[in-house]
Amino acid sequence: MTASGLAVGVETIPDRPRRKLGRRWYLLIALAGISVLSIVRIITGADDLTSSGTVGAALTAAVPIAMAGLGGLWAERAGVVNIGLEGMMVLGAWGAGFAGYQWGPWAAVVFGLTLGALGGLLHAIATVTFGVDHIISGVAVNLLAPGAALFLSKQYFSNSPGGGQKQSPPITDAPHVSIPGLSSPLDTLEHKDWFLVSDLAGLLRGLTVDVSMLSIIAVLLLVGTLLVLWRTPFGLRLRSCGEAPVAAESLGVNVYKYKYYAVIGSGVFAGLGGAFLAISSSQFRDGQTGGRGFIGLAAMIFGNWRPGGLAAGAGLFGYTDALQLRGSGAVHALLLLLAIALLVLAVVQFMAKRPIVAGVAAVLGLAFGWWYFTSDGLPPELVGSAPYVVTLLVLGLAAQRLRMPKADGRIYRRGEGA
Amino acid sequence: MKRLTPRAVLLGIAAPVGALIFAAIVSVVILIVTGHSPAGTLEAMINSAQRPRTLVNSVNSATNYYLAAVAVAIGFRMNLFNIGVDGQYRIAALLAAGFAGATWIDGVPAPIRIVGTIMVAMLVGAAWAGLAAILKVARGVSEVISTIMLNAIATYLGQYLLLKLAVPVAGSNNIGTRPITAGGQVPGFDYPGSTSKVYGLIILAVLVGVAYWFILSRTRFGFDLRATGMSESAAVASGVNVKRMVLYSMLFSGAVAGLVGMPQLLGSSHSYSLDFPAGLGFIGIAVALLGRNHPAGMALAALLWGVLDNSANSLDVAGVPKEIVAIMQGVIVLSVVVAYELVRRYRVRVEQHHVGRALGTTRVPEEVSA
Repeated sequence: MTASGLAVGVETIPDRPRRKLGRRWYLLIALAGISVLSIVRIITGADDLTSSGTVGAALTAAVPIAMAGLGGLWAERAGVVNIGLEGMMVLGAWGAGFAGYQWGPWAAVVFGLTLGALGGLLHAIATVTFGVDHIISGVAVNLLAPGAALFLSKQYFSNSPGGGQKQSPPITDAPHVSIPGLSSPLDTLEHKDWFLVSDLAGLLRGLTVDVSMLSIIAVLLLVGTLLVLWRTPFGLRLRSCGEAPVAAESLGVNVYKYKYYAVIGSGVFAGLGGAFLAISSSQFRDGQTGGRGFIGLAAMIFGNWRPGGLAAGAGLFGYTDALQLRGSGAVHALLLLLAIALLVLAVVQFMAKRPIVAGVAAVLGLAFGWWYFTSDGLPPELVGSAPYVVTLLVLGLAAQRLRMPKADGRIYRRGEGA
Repeated sequence: MKRLTPRAVLLGIAAPVGALIFAAIVSVVILIVTGHSPAGTLEAMINSAQRPRTLVNSVNSATNYYLAAVAVAIGFRMNLFNIGVDGQYRIAALLAAGFAGATWIDGVPAPIRIVGTIMVAMLVGAAWAGLAAILKVARGVSEVISTIMLNAIATYLGQYLLLKLAVPVAGSNNIGTRPITAGGQVPGFDYPGSTSKVYGLIILAVLVGVAYWFILSRTRFGFDLRATGMSESAAVASGVNVKRMVLYSMLFSGAVAGLVGMPQLLGSSHSYSLDFPAGLGFIGIAVALLGRNHPAGMALAALLWGVLDNSANSLDVAGVPKEIVAIMQGVIVLSVVVAYELVRRYRVRVEQHHVGRALGTTRVPEEVSA
């Protein structure tokens, strides 16, 4: 069994020379996206779609997902699939709970990342040294970590003040900061209900006012990852282990060493994600991660194994998460958004001469649109599934644009390259 | 090709036994470090395991685990990871419970009702797995990712459907589907000294095990499936339609996954409710790994898992967090795969040595130094 699995269905399309979209294009696409959002907001009257409260909540929700995604990115760029992210997040969250209530939020961060690194080390030993299948090792970590966290909770939290068998005593939150002078003017603009302007104001206000230091650190880590992996010799070597380990070996790169760095780093990021989650919800609870490790993995795939795309994916998931908290009107509008997105995708795929995919996207888009216009609300139980449905749709309808590292998930043994 | 020499047998059991011993050592170390008595813990577990009630519950849990393991193993044998057994089983159990508990069905004769319920569960499980299969075959989406997503969607869809089908359960906050009336239930077997009964559908699990063995080792389909798992390109070269194999084996896997909830639904709970266990799919993966996808091996592994889980319940009373068993299980899974790998490497070395000696090409140390 190999994590790379069967090759069936993966048609290798020859790389067409593609025009690279410049920065200006991305900006335009983002602006177009916000305009659509704004139009949908005006049509549906769901002001929460772009309110600063939603944006702020989305940022808080996106940070742990982005951290888990970064964990996945580091490991997979070095060729190791890590579905143990969920387990490493649990370890990180427990570590944050343990240190946080005793020594404050920064100790929580340090403990969280250390325990996450331990989880990563375990995965590295199994997959790199012993050549165990990556998926199996990941499943084992996911079995082991929640058990260990609950065991330790019962051991250390049961008799502490405010703690319990399944939860830690409260942790103080990390400090929040705002850019001075922006809050009240943006607030005024936001409530004017102007097309695009109010939406941009809401977006800006959500991103600049009362932002947790942890979110800022997360953004720095995203940028840092981009720089380290794509702009340094270290990063080049690390990525070469994920693309062509045998070639890297022949050039003198110590593949095992880089894979160890990457997988332990992956654990560090996942642990940070868990720690951020615990700190921002001011305690560790059993079952707190709720599959965010898996969503992080999905965000990374959604983002085509790139930090920027990963951030967009995490933002999307955080956004649906936040809407779910804000009430049903905004959530109902989500259906219309999904319909529009699918129809746009249908047009794009049709232009790219993929009529079948375009047809499927169009049918699904019309179905979601029909659902929107014939219902007056979305059952709250279904809202949580939105990120997963979106991921499946993206994978199903755009998967061939995605390109994972070539040797991702393959077991590498030194000196056995063909 | 497979000769049963003493060494082959020894190597075969070395890995699982070694992993169990290693896991036991790790658990003992953890217990000592956290200030609990390993001997006391073991005593509490053994005492509990000897109670007839624990024994019956262990066998019942093992029945569920075994079905989950077979579902996983069907995929494993052809290099297909069905991580989605969990979601498939929950959606299937829920809809089957809705079907079996419906009011119109009360007049239907019992055998038809029971078989019908089981068929519904298998169809729903297969359909849920089929989504992943279609994505894989048509669009090349990794089944690992799609089934993880489908698991999560199943959780939310399950909550939604449960609210639609639910009636309140008397005397608790729990909600469940309308209880299945006597004609739709499968009676269990009595066991002396225990109030709970052994699931009647344990027979179903045995049948599934036999069918799994027969199909995989005695039919063309099974041969193709295993061939695809060992070498996709070789299978393609010998005329296997891999896309069709992926579709079929995923559907089979999903159908068996649909059965996972049946013993509990028809045997004891008679209604699907929020407290149906989650995570059975992952236990299935662990059991299939431990039992090496072998029908009898998985049965033993399922039984071990069942005994560990059920005797752990007495630990909290004894003052030891029962999660020590979860840690132990995780360590078992990890160390068993490592052990298999080490044994495989050792075997390859021995074989190479053997071949080399037979051909006279292996240098003996004296020659090298000479």
